[in-house]
Amino acid sequence: MAETLEKNVVEPKEPLFGKVEKKLLKDPLNDNNPITVQVLGVCSALAVTSMVYPSFVMAVAVVFVCGFSSLLTSLVRNKIPPQVRMIVQLVIIATLVTIVELTLKRFQYPIYRQLTVYIGLIITNCIVMGRLEAFAMANKPWRSFVDGIGNGLGYGAILLIVAVIREIFGKGSLFAGSPLEMKLIGTTPDYFINTMAEGSWFGWYANNNLMVLPAAAMFIIGVLIWIQRSYNPKLVDIS
Amino acid sequence: MDFFNIFIKAAFIENLVLAYFLGMCSYLAVSKTVKTAFGLGLAVIFVLAITMPINWIISNKILSENGILGIDLTFLRFILFIAVIASMVQLVEMIIEKVSPSLYNSLGIFLPLITVNCAILGGSLFMVARDYNFSDSVAFGLGGGFGWFLAIIAIAAIREKIRYSDVPPALRGLGMAFILTGLMGIAFMSLMGIDPAALGK
Repeated sequence: MAETLEKNVVEPKEPLFGKVEKKLLKDPLNDNNPITVQVLGVCSALAVTSMVYPSFVMAVAVVFVCGFSSLLTSLVRNKIPPQVRMIVQLVIIATLVTIVELTLKRFQYPIYRQLTVYIGLIITNCIVMGRLEAFAMANKPWRSFVDGIGNGLGYGAILLIVAVIREIFGKGSLFAGSPLEMKLIGTTPDYFINTMAEGSWFGWYANNNLMVLPAAAMFIIGVLIWIQRSYNPKLVDIS
Repeated sequence: MDFFNIFIKAAFIENLVLAYFLGMCSYLAVSKTVKTAFGLGLAVIFVLAITMPINWIISNKILSENGILGIDLTFLRFILFIAVIASMVQLVEMIIEKVSPSLYNSLGIFLPLITVNCAILGGSLFMVARDYNFSDSVAFGLGGGFGWFLAIIAIAAIREKIRYSDVPPALRGLGMAFILTGLMGIAFMSLMGIDPAALGK
């Protein structure tokens, strides 16, 4: 249906990065956030948010997979028979995820060990599949690509917010394991270091072990949703 | 490790939802009433128990270097696993439709959802990462499925009741579900002290 319409109407030349693209990129960050509004893609990544660096790698991986799977699916969307579209989409996603996995294994082995199965689980990350079904199957390649990137970013944003909170309060550090590693709180003053274990109550902050537990991620996301909906009443659940 | 051991561990101590966040999407979306949660839970047990041994055979007998082909094909793991899961779900759907139309009607809409349920693929990937043998993988499939079933029934029951509570409007629904899941996760952590190996003695 959309095909015939496109042929009849002479489209005005659109800028490569016009209003529509901007909206596609901006919407997932707040009004249509994949995690807090669409509730997609919560599955695979919450367990990695106890530290910022792995979450950052995960977010980049999801942005990559989401963007390019949207682009590829959109390119072949008219050739896919509707009965097997799920399988085709899954194969495209699985191929991209395999690329990500092998790249990480080669260049970032420690992170690869840390993320273990969660890299593979990007395949079943509902946000990737959800965007393919909802957007890429019906839209042109460039827009689908921008939409994929936007949703990947919206997802990554939540991931990073949760990870920053959890790492600061749970471990007292930030970006641990990356070149930017810094120790923020929980450090003991120099004259205690020889006698006291790091992060003990002699420092001015004792690590909060609750934040390292998986449950903390659920609380933080719950509270994030609360904050977001208080500022944005149109998102509130009526039921 | 024996069968029972792994079953208990997968169902309670390392619960797929509450300890690893797997299958969160359908867990949050389909937990509004106990009845639908029950149907989805059963379907997940079913599919996990079937796909796990099949994926074990594929991963250890075909893709590994010691398999029939003799070549290291592990890079094909993701694609093959997801293909097995998708086709198994399709197959299970067709069989149930033929054998028991009433069960099909109650499960019907949830079966296709299971293909993209992270718990299924996650289970298979954990199985590979932990080097389970064949009977271990069967136990892990059954136990993981049962744990998922328990978790979704529990949250659905809580969510049915919480509808009558005075929750702040902005926290209603989704926000509350997240916080409840977190609390349940902490509750399940108290089971961590169980040592399944000691139970048999």
